[in-house]
Amino acid sequence: MSLTLTDLSLTLAGPPLFPPLTLNVRPGEVATVMGPSGVGKSTLLDAIAGHLAPVFTLSGRISLDGHDLAPLPPEARRIGLVFQDSVLFPHLSVGDNLAFGLARHVKGRAARRAAVEHALDQAGLSGLHDRDPASLSGGQRSRAALMRSLLADPAALLLDEPFSKLDAGLRDEIRAFTFAHVRERSIPALMVTHDQADADAAGGPTVTLG
Amino acid sequence: MVRPLHQVKTAPEGRGLRATVLLVLAVGLLLPIAAGLAQTARAAFGVMPSIGATEAGWHAWSALLSVPGFATSVKLTLITGLGSTALSLLLTLAIVATLHGRLTSGTTGRWLTPFLAIPHAALAIGLAFVLAPSGWIARLLAPILGLDRPPDIALVGDPWGIALIIGLVIKEVPFLLLVTLSALTQIPVRRHLATGQSLGYGRAMIWLKILAPQIWPLIRLPVMVVLAYALSTVDMALILGPSNPPVLAVLLTRLFFAPDTAALLPASAGALLQAGLALAAFGLIWLCEFTSRRVGRWWLRRGGRGGAAEPALRGIGLAGVALLALGLVAMAALGVWSLAWRWPWPAALPESWSLRAWTGAGPGLGRALGETVFLALATTALSLLLAIAWLEGEDRARRGRAGWAQALIYLPLLVPQIAFLYGLNVLFLRLGLTGERAAVVWAQALFVFPYVMITLSDPWRALDPRLPRAAASLGAGPWRRLVAVKLPVLLTPLLTAAAIGVAVSVAQYLPTLFMGAGRVATLTTEAVTLSAASDRRVTGVYASLQAGLPLAAYAAAFLIPALVHRNRQGLKGGGT
Repeated sequence: MSLTLTDLSLTLAGPPLFPPLTLNVRPGEVATVMGPSGVGKSTLLDAIAGHLAPVFTLSGRISLDGHDLAPLPPEARRIGLVFQDSVLFPHLSVGDNLAFGLARHVKGRAARRAAVEHALDQAGLSGLHDRDPASLSGGQRSRAALMRSLLADPAALLLDEPFSKLDAGLRDEIRAFTFAHVRERSIPALMVTHDQADADAAGGPTVTLG
Repeated sequence: MVRPLHQVKTAPEGRGLRATVLLVLAVGLLLPIAAGLAQTARAAFGVMPSIGATEAGWHAWSALLSVPGFATSVKLTLITGLGSTALSLLLTLAIVATLHGRLTSGTTGRWLTPFLAIPHAALAIGLAFVLAPSGWIARLLAPILGLDRPPDIALVGDPWGIALIIGLVIKEVPFLLLVTLSALTQIPVRRHLATGQSLGYGRAMIWLKILAPQIWPLIRLPVMVVLAYALSTVDMALILGPSNPPVLAVLLTRLFFAPDTAALLPASAGALLQAGLALAAFGLIWLCEFTSRRVGRWWLRRGGRGGAAEPALRGIGLAGVALLALGLVAMAALGVWSLAWRWPWPAALPESWSLRAWTGAGPGLGRALGETVFLALATTALSLLLAIAWLEGEDRARRGRAGWAQALIYLPLLVPQIAFLYGLNVLFLRLGLTGERAAVVWAQALFVFPYVMITLSDPWRALDPRLPRAAASLGAGPWRRLVAVKLPVLLTPLLTAAAIGVAVSVAQYLPTLFMGAGRVATLTTEAVTLSAASDRRVTGVYASLQAGLPLAAYAAAFLIPALVHRNRQGLKGGGT
């Protein structure tokens, strides 16, 4: 499965935000999009995830494994989102955040609970099922958010400056954790970042906008 | 330039939802107001077939002009309406200017809650208890002034409408304080103050010359709401205003309920005049804004530093705080009177206390309480549902609100109630709907919905948009995003909006009276009726309950989220 952008450009009443972009991200690969603030990196992610504000006009093609994503609403695109500061649901416990993400095909209370506990173990969050997400450390939150995305069984992953809020020491650890999971799942990932070190660590194709 | 392969325009979602909301608003809000106004206008020009009046002409107007005291009524309405609004605005600005820096939005909000919660009628009754010749103030002054009996002056219902103005000001200043404080969060007040002071301006001058012009556009609409209310209040004017002649809205209510149906024609003409007065008052606001722009610039360019204005502003601010304190005393007076047994003049407190007024109030009290609670819950639920549907529709369209939509929300608060309610009543009579609870629910919801909508809009938009997006990326469709993510995260603002809805519903007097055709008795209609004559103890019981209901709703709005989200640090503080 691969994520393909073909001649993609975005317009907001005037010239396109950036020249038409063509990019193919293969399974297990992390592609990087860099560029100055305001060039439209976040808008690009919005377009791929299906949250583009109607004031923008999108031209070109976004496809996942050859299927055009344009007609699909965001919830049907199977594209996971990982944000800068995790964005865990504040009203749910850590475990319920993961359960919210867990794909529907895992049936039965016990099986679903086991899947969530297994993901918590993998993320080094054992025993934190009932905790308030606000009480987690930055690193724990990042890992929980990634596991929540992966439990939804995404076909691709979008990473929006996922490591920029973390301390330098923690950043390497979470980066390694994230990329390892992308490779293991063998899904394409597209990362937006300001940090050259992120791009180097990702190792995939790098595009600079603007 | 590279030619795009194809242009992709995704259709905005939620068309059906938005169409439904719009339809409900058009049929439930716009159409009835228009129909009511039209009916009133028809009767104002002599046509009201149900009472046999079919000949169009000006006779309703000449009948109105010959109603005894009509001219005085109009004058009183203008004095109390314009006077109380101007005074409220002045006091609000002075309080904010004096106390800014010491006021945070949160703590002030809590202090203002009782004032926002208490229905107009309950506050008016409490004030009457305090201001009356035999009230608390006279009792406290009696030993000093050596009065051996209550003074023989009309302190409540005075012919100049002073008591009414005081009542309106106490009720409106807290509302204006709330909207002003929220407007101030959009202005870098500290930096403007520092800049102005470094140029040698006194604080008072900076507030007048720099900050007030920035605040004004943000509070213009709420000020118009206050003005429209002050010009057309019936319940407060019945309790605190002069009675012979009364303000126009009270005069008209009397005509509408007069035994002689011929009085309906001049009453309708007066209702139309009432709408005209509101329009003229809005014109006056516009004129004031226009002139003060011109004069203000001239004043500003003269560069006066105005060191002397400081004490004046502080004095006015203190007067405002003193009036609010009087309001608190009035609320306390309700409770004290309801529990008083023997309370001879001029004792400051009752000699003996008793629950007899509460226990002896009879089944009427329970029925009124039940009716009030039912109406409050029904109207609030209806309004909240519609507000959520509206806001969710906006989210799904990923669009902001159009100007006309914002105007639609404010419309019921800007048109004087009496101008369309009676016309509507006539329509309902014809449809056989009047006197039904459903008609009252709907009429109250006309005024509850705008407040619920206004309260909920800002926090709804302040919701982190990444939360629903994260949910969508996990496969959650629009309804699951709404029910499982947005609504729980917005629990605090939702309950706050509901509490305000309850407060507005409980306070409604005229819609209950007109649409209920006098058959639907709530705490408010009963309290207003009782305040005219009977025992203060019984009135105190009704008014205390009337004030207690909204306060209980506010308390619930505070306690429920604290309980439900007790282990959720991320939802504390950011919720309102």
